[in-house]
Amino acid sequence: MSYRSPLGHARGLGSAKQGTHHFWVQRVTAVALIPLTLWFVFSLARLPSADFDAVTWWVAAPSVAVALMLFIGCALYHSLLGVQVVIEDYVGSEGTKIVALLLSKFVHVVAGVAGIFAVLKIALA
Amino acid sequence: MAQFSLPKNSTIDKKAGKVFKSPGAKKPKSFKIYRYDPDTGANPRVDTYEIDMAACGPMVLDALIKIKNEVDPTLTFRRSCREGICGSCAMNIDGTNTLACIKGCDEVKGDVAIYPLPHMPVVKDLVPDMTHFYAQLASIEPWLKTDTPAPTRERLQSEDDRAKLDGLYECILCACCSTSCPSYWWNSDRYLGPAILLQAYRWLVDSRDEATGQRLDELEDPFKLYRCHTIMNCTKTCPKGLNPAKAIAETKKMLVARTV
Repeated sequence: MSYRSPLGHARGLGSAKQGTHHFWVQRVTAVALIPLTLWFVFSLARLPSADFDAVTWWVAAPSVAVALMLFIGCALYHSLLGVQVVIEDYVGSEGTKIVALLLSKFVHVVAGVAGIFAVLKIALA
Repeated sequence: MAQFSLPKNSTIDKKAGKVFKSPGAKKPKSFKIYRYDPDTGANPRVDTYEIDMAACGPMVLDALIKIKNEVDPTLTFRRSCREGICGSCAMNIDGTNTLACIKGCDEVKGDVAIYPLPHMPVVKDLVPDMTHFYAQLASIEPWLKTDTPAPTRERLQSEDDRAKLDGLYECILCACCSTSCPSYWWNSDRYLGPAILLQAYRWLVDSRDEATGQRLDELEDPFKLYRCHTIMNCTKTCPKGLNPAKAIAETKKMLVARTV
């Protein structure tokens, strides 16, 4: 039982005065991912063979390495923002929500750093 | 806060439903209506009322009034204008939120299932508790705000600027849209929902209003506004044919426009 007025409850903690950046970046990365994903899929499909030497030779080309790092960065940033929204939508209790958000950030950042490091290692070897 | 499992006292008791037959009806049609009385402590049930459509008006509200007058006076629902302008008789009919007074019984094939607006606390039968919804409306301060001293005559507005309010001012606040929105179901404690956001936009685009920036400040919030994921249930269900999803999209565009 709470004696807080309905208006007080509806106003809650007020506006966070943010969210537009999240919304905008999600759209920008989505648009960037259209050409990057098409390029990635078609390039893989057009590789003469999928053995280790052929793929590392492909990744080592400077233009491919740059595009791959852009693809990894955009895809993971976009995924991070999307997963954040899903967690905020569906996870009710504040504690679980914070833990899930931190975990998601951690996984995405580790995946991004590992992916870019892998490309650099091949490209600069 | 998303809650997926129903509280114990809210699941429908399938065995408890009563059946009211209408013997000798020329055009019988059955109405399956959600019943809940908090005073009894019993779980909700679904009662079946058979009505002779040959002796009943064409709309679902006509049938509800006939049931209340002639069959079961305990049936509780809101109604007032019976012509789609007050928004009182908003309820879920045949799986869609709409106004009982402008929904024809013949639009529903077979039995007519009638439930209160989804995911709202139920006061009794088809009457939902609208307290929080109205408080959310009050929170966006839906009135003209100006700093310029009031003119001695009416505030002028061009025809083009007036036209921007078309599709917004017609909203009757029946809450059909907000209660059809999954985001509103899960997060209505913080998310304002399509009805209130359409009202907010109605003041954002009013050329006479001088508090546009302040209003945008108040709306810019991951939960108040950005829980809208363009699911479009709001636009699909609106009994007045309005487009709350577009109003929300325009609001998001205004917020982007002031940063880029």
